[in-house]
Amino acid sequence: MSLEAAFADEPAFVPYLAAGDPSYEASIEYVEALARGGADAIELGLPFSEPIAEGTTIQEAIVRALDAGMTPDRYLEFVREVDVDVPLVCMTYYNLIYQYGESDGPRSFVEAAAEAGIEGFVVPDLPAEEAGPLRAACDEFGLDLVFIVAPTTEGDRLETMKEQVSGYVYVQARLGTTGARDEVSDYTERSLARIADWDVPKAVGFGIKTGDHAERIVRAGADGIIVGSALVDIVAEGYENGDSTEVVADRLEAKARELKEGALAGAPVEQ
Amino acid sequence: MSTDSKFGEYGGQYVPEALMPAIEELTDAYERYVLDNEDGFMDEFRERMADFGGRPLPLQRADQLSQRYDTEVYLKREDLLHGGAHKLNNALGQVLLAKYMGKERIIAETGAGQHGTATAMAAAHLDMPCEIYMGETDIARQRPNVFRMRTNGAEVNPVTTGRGTLKEAISETMRDWARTVENTHYVIGSVVGPHPFPSMVRDFQALISEEAREQIQEKTSDLPDSVLACAGGGSNTMGMFHNFVEDETVDLYAVEAGGSSLSVDEEEGVAPNSASLSTGEEGVLHGARTKLLQDSDGQIMESHSVSAGLDYAGVGPELAHLVDEGRVEPVNVDDDTALEAFHRLSQDEGIIPALETAHAFGYLEEHHDGLGETVIVNVSGRGDKDLETVIEETGNRDLDNAPDMSIFREIGGGML
Repeated sequence: MSLEAAFADEPAFVPYLAAGDPSYEASIEYVEALARGGADAIELGLPFSEPIAEGTTIQEAIVRALDAGMTPDRYLEFVREVDVDVPLVCMTYYNLIYQYGESDGPRSFVEAAAEAGIEGFVVPDLPAEEAGPLRAACDEFGLDLVFIVAPTTEGDRLETMKEQVSGYVYVQARLGTTGARDEVSDYTERSLARIADWDVPKAVGFGIKTGDHAERIVRAGADGIIVGSALVDIVAEGYENGDSTEVVADRLEAKARELKEGALAGAPVEQ
Repeated sequence: MSTDSKFGEYGGQYVPEALMPAIEELTDAYERYVLDNEDGFMDEFRERMADFGGRPLPLQRADQLSQRYDTEVYLKREDLLHGGAHKLNNALGQVLLAKYMGKERIIAETGAGQHGTATAMAAAHLDMPCEIYMGETDIARQRPNVFRMRTNGAEVNPVTTGRGTLKEAISETMRDWARTVENTHYVIGSVVGPHPFPSMVRDFQALISEEAREQIQEKTSDLPDSVLACAGGGSNTMGMFHNFVEDETVDLYAVEAGGSSLSVDEEEGVAPNSASLSTGEEGVLHGARTKLLQDSDGQIMESHSVSAGLDYAGVGPELAHLVDEGRVEPVNVDDDTALEAFHRLSQDEGIIPALETAHAFGYLEEHHDGLGETVIVNVSGRGDKDLETVIEETGNRDLDNAPDMSIFREIGGGML
């Protein structure tokens, strides 16, 4: 299934987890639990040692995954092994994509990721101006390249992204790096207004914690919601308390269901 | 983005989208105030570097070293800059620029604390609130510098993520900036990061070679044959080289920290050196494409050096480019050679150098035969900050010229 199709029928729920957090085996169970809970696509983080765009929550998840032995090759194995029927998006930093394999540039990794079953990329430290080689490799292997629109993104920069984006656009709903917050920002509506004429689905992220947040964001016009920190928090808490993989997976599935139902509740009523 | 954001294939702007507007605003300010001297910015910068910083600084002939090597050795005395190192050139330039831009708050990262203390001084001087991010491991190792920053009125925010050192502090400062771009300027500490930082920091540090190039011609009626500077991130290096780059008869040597070994431990993700120009591979870190110490997957390695200020896995993109072009020669010396050079300069010339600086003098000792008749070495900083490290490290090694510190054992001082 293509990324865009994941948004076709109803508001999409797109969760994020760092692959391999806190272990390879547990993480497989967690990703599958999210799919059971109603995920329409999953952003699967490939851990990089210097995640400059992440808040503390996801940064710590990345440290746990790296300490447990996650590497780009293990990640591709993970993608092949995890049993979900929704598209997987690789979220990582450019150096890992750039260094992989024999090619001088991103082509080798994109090829390997496509073979493993990845449908698209989100690369937070790769602005549209530097994205040419990755965009070309994604085109060659039929993958999507998602860009992040920040509340501060304006003018020419919006145009540069609009020309290159595919799959969906990741709308950052508030200034700052990822982290669950209690309030949903009114940046959402303003951010969506600026990209109203883009022909890709608009997924809003950064700060969504509850079904209620999800509902309000969809009501404000989003085609989908992206949730990371609120889910990573569940993994972190389970890890710290020594809870079993099954218990944590059940909590993730329940949280996923709450968020998906919130998103559905915000959808416009069919005429 | 303007095309001059790159040095060959290096440099660029690899930053999260939330930071791009800040980077664009800074690029505009750099072009107007620094390059075009709008509102007399550069005039005020030079005036403050004179009155507050103490510039111009001497180019001094090193009499004992000149005799020892049968070479004319000149010292560019950046150790005499206010604060005791070249760092103020950049910190004062950027804090002043932030003021011209109408920013209300300064943030900076620091590893060993040198850039943090320089930024705290500059911020106090220009009456700007200042917060410094510093890894908790570094805070424990560098207590005197933490006291200096606090004394100048800066907040020091401990960074507890990862391994708690410089690269985590840089990442954390970038996160703060992403939240606060509208009123905050990030004073980056070296010629690293996204454009315009590498060019802008170089331009502030270029006061070093602007003076040195004039001074050497006054003293010798000629250009030098070689110029030496230590290289970590590369800000004193680029400052010392910049005005000599066009002088093709002048050889430029960037002396990196060879640490204990140039080989890497892939399994542990550790490089026991900081020689990214000599041994690093191209990659993307902290906003720029440059040469990096990384494993075969592209994960960034922990670097190591006896000198905390050289301890960084990346290097400025312009230096990486100048090395590829063959204009700058990357060389390195190991920890022992740097420590011996530290003692030699202290004993022979009466100048206690920073351990960073000592690397350049270590190279001079080992290779003076190939450096020509006249050599300038940049004394990038003074070594008071390193005395405890030097006493401890010297006690662990068998160095030819170490001073006798047994007095502490005799009186029970317990330092060793």
